[in-house]
Amino acid sequence: MTEKKRGGEGREPLIHLSKRAAIPFWHAWLIRIAAVALGMVACGLVAYLLSDKLQNGKKTLSDFYETFITGSFGSERKLWKFLKDVAVLLCISLALVPAFKMRFWNIGGEGQTLVSVLGAVAVAFYLQDQENIPEWLLLLLMCLGALVSGAIWALIPALFRAKWGTNETLFTLMMNYVATYLVSLMLIVWIPNGQTSLGTLKRGALRSVTEQVINKNDFKDFIVDYIPIILIAIILSALLFIYLRYTKHGYEISVVGESINTARYIGINEKKVIIRTMLLSGMLCGIAGFLIAAGLDQTVNVDSAQGYGFTGIMVAWLGKFNPLIMLLTAGIIQLLDHGAAQISKDFNVRGAFPEVIVGIILFFIIGSEFFINYQVHFRKFRKKTGKEAVQ
Amino acid sequence: MEKELALQMRGITKRFGPVVANHNVDLDVYRGEILAILGENGCGKTTLMNMISGIYYPDEGQIIIGGKEAVIRSPKDAFAHGIGMIHQHFKLVDLFTAAENIVLGLNEKERYSLKSVNSKVAQITERYGFRLDPAKKIYDMSVSEKQTVEIIKVLYREADILILDEPTAVLTPQEITRLFEVLRRMRDDGKSIIIITHKLNEVLEVSDRVTILRRGEHIATVNTADTCEAELTEMMVGKKVSLNIDRTMPVNPVPRLEVKGLNLYNREGIHVLKDITFTANSGEILGIAGIAGSGQRELLEAIYGLQPAESGTILFNDPKKGQPVSLDRTSLLQLKKLAADGALQDADMNPVSFKNMDSKTIRKQVENGNVLYREDEVVNLREKTPLQIRQMGINLSFVPEDRLGMGLIGNMNITDNMMLRSYRSGRAGFLNRRNPKTQAEQIIKELEVATTGTTIPVRRLSGGNVQKVLVGREIACAPKVLMAAYPVRGLDINSSYTIYNLLNRQKEDGVAVIFVGEDLDVLLELCDRIMVINSGAVTGIVDARSATKEEIGLLMTKTEERKEAAQ
Repeated sequence: MTEKKRGGEGREPLIHLSKRAAIPFWHAWLIRIAAVALGMVACGLVAYLLSDKLQNGKKTLSDFYETFITGSFGSERKLWKFLKDVAVLLCISLALVPAFKMRFWNIGGEGQTLVSVLGAVAVAFYLQDQENIPEWLLLLLMCLGALVSGAIWALIPALFRAKWGTNETLFTLMMNYVATYLVSLMLIVWIPNGQTSLGTLKRGALRSVTEQVINKNDFKDFIVDYIPIILIAIILSALLFIYLRYTKHGYEISVVGESINTARYIGINEKKVIIRTMLLSGMLCGIAGFLIAAGLDQTVNVDSAQGYGFTGIMVAWLGKFNPLIMLLTAGIIQLLDHGAAQISKDFNVRGAFPEVIVGIILFFIIGSEFFINYQVHFRKFRKKTGKEAVQ
Repeated sequence: MEKELALQMRGITKRFGPVVANHNVDLDVYRGEILAILGENGCGKTTLMNMISGIYYPDEGQIIIGGKEAVIRSPKDAFAHGIGMIHQHFKLVDLFTAAENIVLGLNEKERYSLKSVNSKVAQITERYGFRLDPAKKIYDMSVSEKQTVEIIKVLYREADILILDEPTAVLTPQEITRLFEVLRRMRDDGKSIIIITHKLNEVLEVSDRVTILRRGEHIATVNTADTCEAELTEMMVGKKVSLNIDRTMPVNPVPRLEVKGLNLYNREGIHVLKDITFTANSGEILGIAGIAGSGQRELLEAIYGLQPAESGTILFNDPKKGQPVSLDRTSLLQLKKLAADGALQDADMNPVSFKNMDSKTIRKQVENGNVLYREDEVVNLREKTPLQIRQMGINLSFVPEDRLGMGLIGNMNITDNMMLRSYRSGRAGFLNRRNPKTQAEQIIKELEVATTGTTIPVRRLSGGNVQKVLVGREIACAPKVLMAAYPVRGLDINSSYTIYNLLNRQKEDGVAVIFVGEDLDVLLELCDRIMVINSGAVTGIVDARSATKEEIGLLMTKTEERKEAAQ
């Protein structure tokens, strides 16, 4: 029922906004698709301004849009890499969802994941020379190390919030920096003299287990690495969907998120729910951290989480905190990322171009939500648009 | 009698999305009259007035002031046309004095001089009979004084058309009388007064003409002298309604809830409940009257376990004597303890002992209904949380004032809102939505909730239907005590009477009902006894069948008067 007024010389305000009531499902998606299309046009314009290959006709705009797709699907390797990246991003985004549903703005997914990687690597680092520990046990211990580290990193801000009402956004953000410095510190301790990086671990690779389940000769090398990660991400998103929608815990999370007063009124101990949910969030980050440490990198450095802790926030919001829709949004984000990176390579535009492209598209997608929630009336066309609103 | 037109509205239409708030409304306002705009909540009264005062802009239609078409785009334009509105929620700066608030926002050429402001304010107060100290700070003022400041603010800007949105909602009967005197004096001075209300007796008392709106449309405008309450109601609701509350005498009332010497400090450390003592009986409706914010909410929340009280007791008498025990409410371990304490007996009044019995035999006995309580149970509810109270098997129901902020969750559907009370049942970690869904369907059917189904979010329902869902849920768990804070606030007449009848039915079923209300007429008609509180202290408990409105009004302001006298 809000209505804003702008200046204007005539009788009626030039532009006025009114809040829409419900909008049909397909109508909302039409607006979103239109927004993406407009975003693409804007991207094309920016690319034309920046790329000499486009300006002197070596490449055409249709090549430009094609590259968006080929960046992710151009070859078998690219496709699997794309799926793997979606899976890792999805894992971290899923970790944020329970807290977000509770309106606990955990922006520390980055730090929680990084610390989990560190936890898993620490276990492997100290145990890799113990030949009597079988590979599967080492992996299990690494997983445990990752889960515990992630949980601790999430628990600290949760406890402070529950006990003293500290602001969780600032707290979790700061914990990211602490995590980065903790990793730097451990690297100084671990890296042998005369070397610049930790190097890969001798043992503790997830593929050693995968190879026992599938015949590695049937698949390319990288597929063996990526398959468990992709499967785990899909399973996690299904499990989390069920947890949030069909369990008592999930219901309590929604109640606490919607209204603390209602939660108290029906006797939910909101502190308990906050702590429990953040432990879950931390442990999900732990799983992501374990997958990165054991499944992909076999090492740790300050960039192990790749900024996915922050990108994941966007995935979760765009997916409206629904783990199943997030499969889609994580895919879209990675598609843009990979496409933009490919373009930057093929079109001879360097620097921050991929970020610019992703930023432009996201700007249009997020901006479209405004037009889904509000209707804009112009002075002259008012009657026309008014009728559309009624329909 | 020829009167001069002050303002005309012609064919005014206003839409909010698909909702038509006003449709083709015509309205005439004359100089020197009090016009009441009457209608139920949501009929578009306030929207219509907001278009005169520049808050909204009409989609269609014209506003004519003094014979010329006027364009009112902002409250500033409205003032330029001599229109001033006194909103339901006051818009004053707490830290400023009355005089400072009055001149705030004025763009006068001459230098700001408190002296000239004060003299002009004094002129206004004298002329219309207000009582106001211009140097008093707003935070020191009562609601009625704040309202006075708002009215003077408008008069100071030399408004000729004053619009008052539900001005009596927050006032005591005495303050209402005083306000009406002032309004009459302004009318006699040639001003046009528009008063928005849904209270019929006030319309009849103060207005010259009444305009009735229903569902955004203008139904009729009549002279107050030519109409009566029944006719106005019929026009307002659209059909004949009987506005009677069927009050029965309480059937063997026994003390159910005894509150003794209850003291409570809120988070800011303010003493909000002072030594409250009262008893709520079964089969009786106990009304609680008082100026808004006198501690009504805190009292109910303290009983319910949401606010920890500083001292005192809240004794709940559980009428368990002769009732069979049930394993749904009490665990086997608790039962064994009760039996050891001699608190259980069988149908022949012999004490029951579970000694040397295995769990299976005990279960069987309990399920056969052979195990009964020997005595009523008295429990002190103070320092217990809502969950602890419920786990003791005590059903306290509470309809909080803030329906969508505390009682229900607006974004959840009816089924999930039903589940708020019952989701813990069942052993596994998974939710059972089947029972809540049946319950939701039952409430929709029995209380005639207007909804398209159980799956729409409750915030999309109208106020009356939201309240039906909440009250329905609270009644469905078969409470021993039912507490309701302002349960009819914002509801239309029909819904209000549905709620009154529901409360009455609970009373007849032996529930101790505690009803916090604001409309004294309703309190007097519905309740058996009325407890009046003022600034957190009980100033009297009266018999609702014999008390008068004036008597209660005096009790509502009792301590304040005393303070004034002492000064």
